[in-house]
Amino acid sequence: MSILINRNTRVITQGITGKTGQFHTRMCREYAYGAECFVAGVNPKKAGDNFEGVPVYGSVAEAKATTGATASVIYVPPAGAADAIWEAVEADLDLVICITEGIPVRDMVVVRNRMRKENKKTLLIGPNCPGVITPDEIKIGIMPGHIHKKGRIGVVSRSGTLTYEAVAQLSDLGLGQSSAVGIGGDPVSGLKHRDILELYNDDPDTDAVVMIGEIGGSDEEIAARWAKEHMKKPVIGFIAGVTAPPGKRMGHAGAIISGGQGTAQEKLAVLEECRIKTTKNPAEIGKLLKSVL
Amino acid sequence: MKIHEYQGKEILQKYGVPTPRGFVAFSVDEAVDAAQKLGGSLWVVKAQIHAGGRGKGGGVKLARSLDDVRALAQTMLGMRLVTHQTGAEGQIVRRLWIEDGADIKKEFYAGIVIDRVTQTPCLMVSSEGGMDIEEVAAKTPEKIHKYWIEPQVGLTTAQAMDAVNAISVPTAAQAQGAEVLRGLYRAFWATDASLLEINPLILEGNEKLKALDAKFNFDSNALFRHPDIAALRDLDEENPAEIEASRYDLSYIALDGNIGCLVNGAGLAMATMDTIKLFGGTPANFLDVGGGATTEKVTEAFKIMLRNPQVKGILVNIFGGIMRCDVIAEGVITAAREVRLNVPLVVRMKGTNEEIGKRLLEESGLPIIPANDMSDAAKKIMDAVGRA
Repeated sequence: MSILINRNTRVITQGITGKTGQFHTRMCREYAYGAECFVAGVNPKKAGDNFEGVPVYGSVAEAKATTGATASVIYVPPAGAADAIWEAVEADLDLVICITEGIPVRDMVVVRNRMRKENKKTLLIGPNCPGVITPDEIKIGIMPGHIHKKGRIGVVSRSGTLTYEAVAQLSDLGLGQSSAVGIGGDPVSGLKHRDILELYNDDPDTDAVVMIGEIGGSDEEIAARWAKEHMKKPVIGFIAGVTAPPGKRMGHAGAIISGGQGTAQEKLAVLEECRIKTTKNPAEIGKLLKSVL
Repeated sequence: MKIHEYQGKEILQKYGVPTPRGFVAFSVDEAVDAAQKLGGSLWVVKAQIHAGGRGKGGGVKLARSLDDVRALAQTMLGMRLVTHQTGAEGQIVRRLWIEDGADIKKEFYAGIVIDRVTQTPCLMVSSEGGMDIEEVAAKTPEKIHKYWIEPQVGLTTAQAMDAVNAISVPTAAQAQGAEVLRGLYRAFWATDASLLEINPLILEGNEKLKALDAKFNFDSNALFRHPDIAALRDLDEENPAEIEASRYDLSYIALDGNIGCLVNGAGLAMATMDTIKLFGGTPANFLDVGGGATTEKVTEAFKIMLRNPQVKGILVNIFGGIMRCDVIAEGVITAAREVRLNVPLVVRMKGTNEEIGKRLLEESGLPIIPANDMSDAAKKIMDAVGRA
């Protein structure tokens, strides 16, 4: 099993006519059951076209109605990406994964509040994230499929390459993954560490979880406190940015220590306090996970 | 992106938030002219740099005569203003803001940020104006009052009245004060600000609130729809290496250590810095070459790192995903040749085509030290720098 997605998930690509959308749709279709999973693309101006056999529809609602897809992945450029998210939410998809980096925070604030206010069921992953993968079944996003291995470890992270680093260490140790989720590096986004921990907690095929965080916000602390009360499985943690100076945005829009809040030290302390083992050495994430099994 | 106080005040004016009258001055004569135009007998000469804490550093002074204004302008223009936010090297003062002296009866604090937990804008007000608000938050958190704002509705009059009441704005000033807060929120929202801070927000003798300072940070991702704000960017306030890096779409932040690092991905870049520290070194920079690292980008990244005389060694850490290790290896080889690399270079590569990448590095004949994982890389660069 897995969380969020599996080989039966049917996916719409929003932004399938752009270069990035096409490249990654092709890569995703080449991975495991991808050719069956990626069933539609959307572009209001190019309805009726197709991309390598994937039909393009005028709207998410139309693509959903025609193909039965329940998830979408977004590669739409930043200025229109929040609207694309809303279109998918309005079509009542179960899951939207937004890869786009550089969406104005205000746009995300508006979309997120509207989702809450109208009580929408759609789960959002991202934006500014690598996506989600369930190894040997489906990958939705831009991560390299081949470093993953099917197994029973859950991975959740705010970063892209650092997730790959952790996944590769696990795979090298023979520890496969049930799913790996990149929740993204933006300050205002969809599912948080806590939400993903909850999903892994309920997944009978996940035995333990690697949680990777970074400076900025209090997402990791919230997740740790939740885990202390509810998590039935071991969780280990790594927090990037012990050496990050305050007040500077470290690449990710959300990776900033502001007003003395959101430091790596503070997060590590809370994780340890909540009985989540941590390492300060990113090369030992895999080993640490192995030690708690 | 940050702007100067006086530019912030101009924005506030547009949204109905009163600020003292003033003029910007780039020279001593302009400063005196500004004071003359303002008239009166009390002026404030304020150094315009992007960092906070200017008052304590000697960048905000009262003048009681035009001669005072001249003398202060002479001292401040060109001075290296050191505050708790500039670092020890300080920031050179190139602009002054000359404004009317204010009749301060009481000082308050007002700030607006996006609260990441609730994902809504949050107004914070306090009766403890003029103080370091982080200190207030740490010592007397009960003196900070927060109001979460429904983005589609905005700051309501009821919320704003509640806020001015909470910080004990006198009754006579409350209605006007609430309008000031609503104006602040409109300015924050309309400009895609990520932070708006007024410290202090003052009550004047005439029982009216006025913004005596204005600190804006803007969401860089939204500047495309605010060309007027983007035009306010002051490159003098930014690190030259960071500006150069941004031209090549490299995310670079100068730090004060001696190990340069070049990494793909922001999280991995931070983790690499942390590993250097863990093995007893100090990183010279944060550098994320991003997903589409071309040979040109890698070469520019090397040039930028090596322009820093502190750099005694370089660690390259690449996780090849979509970006293949062989492409990065070629970039590193070309860059190392072009810049005539004269400090030790450790390269750690993992992921797609890592074997081909490693072989290319080995066959290049360059003294590149290969590493297996991040610990190994950090150890090796520390050893190499120690020997060098």
